[in-house]
Amino acid sequence: MPAGWSALPPTGPPVTAWRNDQGRRPKVMPARAPRPRFSLLRFAPHLTVALLIVPVLAGLAGTILPAFGLTNGEGAAAFRALADWPGLWRAVHLSVITGAVSTLVSLGITLGIVAALLGSRVFGVIQHLLSPLLAVPHAAAALGLAFLIAPSGWVARALSPWATGWQNPPDLLILNDPGGWALIVGLIAKEVPFLLLMTLAALPQTDATRRLMSATSLGYGRVWGFVLTVLPGLYRQLRLPVYAVLTYAMTTVDMAAILGPSLPPTLSVQITQWMMEPSLTMRSTAAAGAVVQLLAVVGVLLAWHGTERVAKAALIAVAGRGWRMAGADAPARLTAIAVGSVLAGLLFAGLAGLALWSVAGLWPFPDALPHQISLQTWARAAPDLAATGGATLAIAALATALSLIIVLACLEAEHRFDLHPKARALWLLYVPLLVPQIAFLPGLQMLNLWIAAPGLALWAVALAHVVFVLPYVFLSLGGPYRQWDARQALIGAALGASPARVFWCLRLPMLMPAVLTATALGLSVSVAQYLPTLLIGGGRIETLTTQAVALSSGGNRRIIGAYGLLQMLGPAAGFALAIALPRLIYANRRGMRQASL
Amino acid sequence: MTQTGLDLRDLRVTHLGTQIAALNTRIAPAEVLVVMGPSGSGKSTLLSAIIGSLPAGFGVSGQIVLNGRDVSHLPTARRRIGILFQDDVLFAHLSVGQNLGFGLPADAGNKAQRREIIDQALADADLAGFANRDPATLSGGQRARAALLRTLLAQPAALLLDEPFSRLDLGLRHHIRQFVLDRARSHRLPVILVTHDPGDAEAAGGRIIGPDGSAL
Repeated sequence: MPAGWSALPPTGPPVTAWRNDQGRRPKVMPARAPRPRFSLLRFAPHLTVALLIVPVLAGLAGTILPAFGLTNGEGAAAFRALADWPGLWRAVHLSVITGAVSTLVSLGITLGIVAALLGSRVFGVIQHLLSPLLAVPHAAAALGLAFLIAPSGWVARALSPWATGWQNPPDLLILNDPGGWALIVGLIAKEVPFLLLMTLAALPQTDATRRLMSATSLGYGRVWGFVLTVLPGLYRQLRLPVYAVLTYAMTTVDMAAILGPSLPPTLSVQITQWMMEPSLTMRSTAAAGAVVQLLAVVGVLLAWHGTERVAKAALIAVAGRGWRMAGADAPARLTAIAVGSVLAGLLFAGLAGLALWSVAGLWPFPDALPHQISLQTWARAAPDLAATGGATLAIAALATALSLIIVLACLEAEHRFDLHPKARALWLLYVPLLVPQIAFLPGLQMLNLWIAAPGLALWAVALAHVVFVLPYVFLSLGGPYRQWDARQALIGAALGASPARVFWCLRLPMLMPAVLTATALGLSVSVAQYLPTLLIGGGRIETLTTQAVALSSGGNRRIIGAYGLLQMLGPAAGFALAIALPRLIYANRRGMRQASL
Repeated sequence: MTQTGLDLRDLRVTHLGTQIAALNTRIAPAEVLVVMGPSGSGKSTLLSAIIGSLPAGFGVSGQIVLNGRDVSHLPTARRRIGILFQDDVLFAHLSVGQNLGFGLPADAGNKAQRREIIDQALADADLAGFANRDPATLSGGQRARAALLRTLLAQPAALLLDEPFSRLDLGLRHHIRQFVLDRARSHRLPVILVTHDPGDAEAAGGRIIGPDGSAL
């Protein structure tokens, strides 16, 4: 045997999630030509897994150990201090209710829209609206909504004084209501586009069109037929995104700080406030709170999983009854269109409100429009906006570039070394999205102590963002990368091109539309990050998002509008470029057109 | 003694212990060996083995010797074996000329010389002036010819044809088949043509065998 063969691993490589089939191969000559003896690329999957898992585990340890007094010998003092806080149970209750209700309603709306409208012209419109809606950072969406529904917001102004008789903003707790309903609405408006996108990505693998056709040809209504024939397979693929939404909704800090109640706030907001106390005395209480929050999330996830099983059994039981429910289609269709329009309308009107306030001169209640338009706010805030915007962009660019390199290396390693990700790999990708940020980021805050220089703080924040950007970049790029016709690589090789040349000259340019979309998504995910910036940056790094949230408690709507708008413009420009560039560059390449989104 | 041509010495492809294909033969320069069999009979697997692109799970034994050089353990890019598929697989993001340029070796000359070689190749194939065209705007026959030119410009020492004519309509098929076989013969390439079309086999006019090496 030639010496080169010994380069092949004797058994499967030590990766936990990626498997190499060579381990199971019969003991004959390996089929593929031997690879270079050593290649960093081979370790890309290991690096990816480490990048996703290590920060989460280290952060959890860094949170849990101090909570139980294992770092200072105080025993359960932290939990006693936490239990002494009178708002605790109310805060936990809020977290559970806002999280579970918003996730349940978001999922219901998403599935309703797909079931009632799949294949219709309205559905095409929805698909086009998804990217801009997704690009809106959570904080900007929340601020826009706050500007709409506040007692002095656009809705009240539009109805006053002719319908309400209000000459002054009413003393109502519509925003920051103690029940958390404003927060629930905000979460739904933001999560429905995300779940819709995940559904669209999963649908092609569910054979939905044909199943729906056979169900309707048997006399079933579209919606009921969808529930009985498509939903079971579809939900299996939606499960992880739904869990991620549930975790996020229970533990969001930025949206809850803007829309949620304040006395007491949700548990995650309270933990963040304790973490940010300059005296550092509340840190262990915060850690104990984070443990309680983590347990609450685990509990709700388990309950959700149990409900899934009950729902599945109920669905199977009812499927045999033969109810057609054809009459439900028309009302379902109308409801889906109405609810979808209201949600999209809320987001767009909110953003328009942000934009208008940022250029508003005098705008007294109850006027629906400002008296003058002025650029004064922008002019006055320009230096701050430029500095903050620059930092935001630098962090987003760093985090996205790093994520992109790692993901591309990982996918290329899969291709070159014939690795096949197991189902478990998908779970690993979701780990940073399933473990609440508030449960592990506090544990990483000790990094603060090591990074004194501001330049390093920027890098640390960017690295923290990678943990959350990378999963999205991977999810977005993985499909197109794996679906790329590998015969093109083979032809390239047969023409004498090295694997590197095949990658740079064939695969990458052909996948450019997908790479650009993943880049835009990565940038928007990074721009939207609040807690990692706040906690890892230790207050030294200010981004548009942290500033917008910090300003939201003050009353200066004009400056909030400017920050909120700018926060949204970056990602929107990114998505616009991701659509426009491939069309421009490949204007004369018809074969490249269907590849772009 | 060094023999020219493509020498398959007891080449055997297995999948999980089952033999998929087996060949022990030599294809002389300018000879066309036809491998026939129904789909799923292991014809394409055999080509994958020869070119070095078998997916994991397959096993290969034996030797592939090309013009006296054992290429069995070389990566695809260094075997110097060209391949044509039933779809032409022109790279969609490159112009026709750039597609040909991808095949042309890096040491084939400076930019102007490369351009000249490509233009000449196109002209010889009735594709003069096509260099800047988008491959998606070409007809089936034009695409097939461009794909062959690209393969030949890479200066292969052998050529594998994986049902390259089955997607073409009948009138065109005859024409393109003649074009490809003539070019291959004039380059004195040993050729393996995998097909299930008796017309292909007839046109090749040489030995016809099954994927298991049996004479047909």
